[in-house]
Amino acid sequence: MNQASATNLPVPPAIAPEHTLSAPEWGMVSFLVSEVAFFGTLIVTYVAFMGRDVVGPTPAQALSLPLVLVSTLCLLSSSVVIHAAERALDRDEPRLFCFFLAATIALGIVFLVLTGVEWHDLIVNHELTIGRNLFGTTYYTLVGFHGLHVTVGVIVMLIVLGLAINRQVTAAHRTGVTLVAWYWHFVDAVWIVVFLVVYIASRSSGA
Amino acid sequence: MDTVGPRMLSAVGGLLAQSLSIFDPASPSAHSIVNLAILTLAVTGLIFLIVEGVLLYSVWRFRYVPKDQAPGDEPMGEPPQVYGSMPIEVAWTAAPTMIVFFLVLVTTRTLWEVEPDLPKPAAGDNALFVTVIGHQWWWEYVYKTYDGRKLGFITANELHIPASDNYTLRPAYLSLKSADVCHSYWVPRLGGKVDLIPGHTNLIVLETKEAGLHLGQCAEFCGAQHANMLIRVIAHPPEEFERWLASESQPAKEDPAARDGKAAFLAESCINCHAVRGTAAGGTYAPDLTHLMSRETLGSGMIKNTPENLHQWVHDPQSVKPGCLMPAFGLDDHQLDLIVDYLQTLH
Amino acid sequence: MSTVEPTRGLELTGSPGERAVDLGWTSWLHDWTTTVDHKKIGILYVLMSIVFLVIGGIEALVMRWQLFYPRNDVIGHDAFNQLFTMHGTTMVFFVGMPILIGMGNYLVPLMIGARDMAFPRLNAFGFWVTLFGGLMTYLSLITGGAPALGWFAYAPLTAHTFSPSAATDFWALGLIVSGIGTISAAVNFLATIFGMRAPGMTLRKLPFFVWTMIWTSFQMLLAIPPLTAALVMILFDRQLGAHFFDVPNGGSAYLWQHLFWFFGHPEVYILILPVFGFVSEVIPVFSRKVLFGYEFMAAATMAIAFISLGVWAHHMFCVGMGRTLDLFFAVATFLVSIPTGIKFFNWLATMYGGRIRFASPMLFAFGFLSMFLIGGLTGIMLGAAPFDFQLSDSYFVVGHFHWVLIGGTLFGTFSGIYYWYPKMTGRMLSERLAKWHFWLLYIGFILTFGPMHVSGMLGMPRRIYTYDAGHGWELWNQLSTIGALVQVPSYAIFVYNLIVSLRKGKPAGDDPWDAWTLEWMTSSPPPPYNFEEIPTVHSRRPLWDLKHPEDPDWQYE
Repeated sequence: MNQASATNLPVPPAIAPEHTLSAPEWGMVSFLVSEVAFFGTLIVTYVAFMGRDVVGPTPAQALSLPLVLVSTLCLLSSSVVIHAAERALDRDEPRLFCFFLAATIALGIVFLVLTGVEWHDLIVNHELTIGRNLFGTTYYTLVGFHGLHVTVGVIVMLIVLGLAINRQVTAAHRTGVTLVAWYWHFVDAVWIVVFLVVYIASRSSGA
Repeated sequence: MDTVGPRMLSAVGGLLAQSLSIFDPASPSAHSIVNLAILTLAVTGLIFLIVEGVLLYSVWRFRYVPKDQAPGDEPMGEPPQVYGSMPIEVAWTAAPTMIVFFLVLVTTRTLWEVEPDLPKPAAGDNALFVTVIGHQWWWEYVYKTYDGRKLGFITANELHIPASDNYTLRPAYLSLKSADVCHSYWVPRLGGKVDLIPGHTNLIVLETKEAGLHLGQCAEFCGAQHANMLIRVIAHPPEEFERWLASESQPAKEDPAARDGKAAFLAESCINCHAVRGTAAGGTYAPDLTHLMSRETLGSGMIKNTPENLHQWVHDPQSVKPGCLMPAFGLDDHQLDLIVDYLQTLH
Repeated sequence: MSTVEPTRGLELTGSPGERAVDLGWTSWLHDWTTTVDHKKIGILYVLMSIVFLVIGGIEALVMRWQLFYPRNDVIGHDAFNQLFTMHGTTMVFFVGMPILIGMGNYLVPLMIGARDMAFPRLNAFGFWVTLFGGLMTYLSLITGGAPALGWFAYAPLTAHTFSPSAATDFWALGLIVSGIGTISAAVNFLATIFGMRAPGMTLRKLPFFVWTMIWTSFQMLLAIPPLTAALVMILFDRQLGAHFFDVPNGGSAYLWQHLFWFFGHPEVYILILPVFGFVSEVIPVFSRKVLFGYEFMAAATMAIAFISLGVWAHHMFCVGMGRTLDLFFAVATFLVSIPTGIKFFNWLATMYGGRIRFASPMLFAFGFLSMFLIGGLTGIMLGAAPFDFQLSDSYFVVGHFHWVLIGGTLFGTFSGIYYWYPKMTGRMLSERLAKWHFWLLYIGFILTFGPMHVSGMLGMPRRIYTYDAGHGWELWNQLSTIGALVQVPSYAIFVYNLIVSLRKGKPAGDDPWDAWTLEWMTSSPPPPYNFEEIPTVHSRRPLWDLKHPEDPDWQYE
């Protein structure tokens, strides 16, 4: 490989820059894929057990739509709001970012509180507990794990908010904020499926 | 661990000697499976010989013996680099695909041969219908109908079926259920296994021309004594089977000599779990004892049904089949003798 | 969106290794327990696996001792049932997966020219969580005994009614915890491989092992969460009175079987795909030829990963699914044999016309090829559904999956360890001991698991702690036990070789095997930052290009 003969050697083509997601983004995508598998299992289980209860109450008897429509609206709108927060960060408006992030958190908390109200009603007025029947078993497991994910999202966003208020969230942390937003959108998307399966399909199946 | 059980067992070991080989089929479905097995073995055996042959040839033909080559030396030239070949890849994708296609065809044929549908019992069908309920670690057999006749008696652990002959098929349709956990019904010489799943009913058909004893055992791990949840299927010529049915349908015989024993049996907690038809004993958690003495074995095929073994079993079942759900009741010798004497009248 | 960032993670990998040498064992311990270096974490994974391998091996030996004679009385039913539960759980979750994840951890960044994994701290978290999962599973012993369920723990045997001991809860928790570790490892692999490749290393130019790690991680992401969910259901049933598997209240025993095998079958490929990667690195280097048909090999790997998600119920042919479903899963199972066959033929074609050096890695790769083939063929027999009605849950199955997991996974992993040990330690392993290791294992393995196929066909079910004489099972069980005893010294020699060669092995140099992938470019062992300068890659064999500038690979790819 001396210099003299190097001129005769084949020259490799130039390396084209590769455009792809960054490593953290790939990490979040991978994580969310595993979450899809997890919630997929719980949802399939819920559907498999639909209408197989040996004692009541059934979804049609126990679940009521008005409350959950409000909480669904909260969660879905929070997805829009966190998108607005991202846009604010892009435009370098930290106060607006904090405002929208706080709004997202508030909507998430409202969702959790409404879920708590709903569960309280189910437990006290319908005597539906996890050990009552298959509906209780699958319902609390599915909705509970979703609520756990909302809770985690709220905690993470509170941390981001705390940092942002201290002016520690800058354009350099844009990826981190994106990942939190992706997670939040995912939690929303799961809720849409849960809502359709639990509150629409199983309620109206008459079972 | 108390070793009485295993000791007794090795003593009767010779009695149990029998083939359970899947290549010794005694039923049409076991035959079908053997045919498929031989075909599959032949195909895979051929693949094995060819591929392993090519592997060994390559290894031998292209081996390199490092004589004076040490790591770090200037390597001698490399062999020609071959990056791949589309035609070759296509060829060796096509070959296994064709083999797979062939295997799918024979598998389908055999599947439709060995997986039966459950017919309705009818007079003159020569078919036996039995519900098998798997319990932790024994089998309950509820005889439903034979040849269209209602039967309606319960027995345990030893399944009696009619044998077919050259002119008449006498299949036994077993509806498989479980009272507790998953089990699996496997009598290798009579065909493949089928699981007993709680909450579901499965079907297995036993049909053989070979009269006599066919052994098997539970094939799905079901807890402590899974290893001793043995299956005994006894196939009888039709007349003999009718006699067995007739005897088995009767309630327990009254033997005046064992009146005290019967009283002792009924007074103890035996009757909470065991049933003896024709008496007040109506428990359903444990084997029906109405015709206990018509069985060759105790403990789900574990030990021979002799007076000594029966005595030992009633005295302390845990010493024979540790972990089984029947406890030792701490009966005194007198009660024990009375009860065992009574049990021995249950022919 | 951004371009590939090969330098990410650099600031997180300190280099305390050199510092620690002088400061005694406390600082050494501190260094290894707090490390976020992918190489050290990889080694920790491998060491953990070897420890659990010994534990699982001892469990197996005790079982073989019990089965030596019919109606033998070495241990009782309870101990035996616990032993096979823990043996299976240990070997699958705390030996098989960690050793492959560990090797991947060590190798992936080096092979793609990165300085660490994408998330070094998540990486450390994953290891410790996996280890704690293993310890928690064994902590079940404080309840007076391990769980006695079988590693696939069919419901409703796991219900409180049938398994009142808290051992079952420890077992389920342990697997949930280690599953979290596995998921974090998979996330890390994918982020690293997709996001941190050296300039020029497109996905089509990945070293083959790295390609298999992509698909292994993909399967982990889809297969582990259903298991986690199912284990959560067990715990909810047991602790909160839920009814998932509670049949009298409408629950289902089938549900567990479906969820478990939806995990369980991809799991088998999780345990074999990285090994395909090992031998796909070893065979070319020791045959001195480029891997034949890289694209087809890559496509076959991908096909296996996808098909494996649709074959799970071939473990359930006997549950009464009906002919149509039986046929569907039989066909799906047969289909796996096509890509697997393609791989096999390509390995043979790589060797064909080569100049094969039988150093220890190649010896074990040969062991892999010759034995894995048999495991694959017995798999075809089990896939033929009616044949499986006889073979399922018999000793034939035990023979089959040990043939795949030892003949396949373990031989291939040993091949990898012999191949990369010089890179990890800077020392060569003793070739003489390696030959003893190989031949004792090869003979002992065949002698242990070959007879199991026979006893299975003679009607012997698995998971029985004792059996009657007279069914023709004695001889085959005795051969198995003798085979197990032949295997024992082979593992001892291996461990001895690992330890002794650390100090006394021949110095390896950077590139002892004259190999072609990036890890051989850096020193042995590599510095904490792996590469002083991030290499630029033009082909699948960057070091071939360097060694043969007149005829580089990129001309042909």
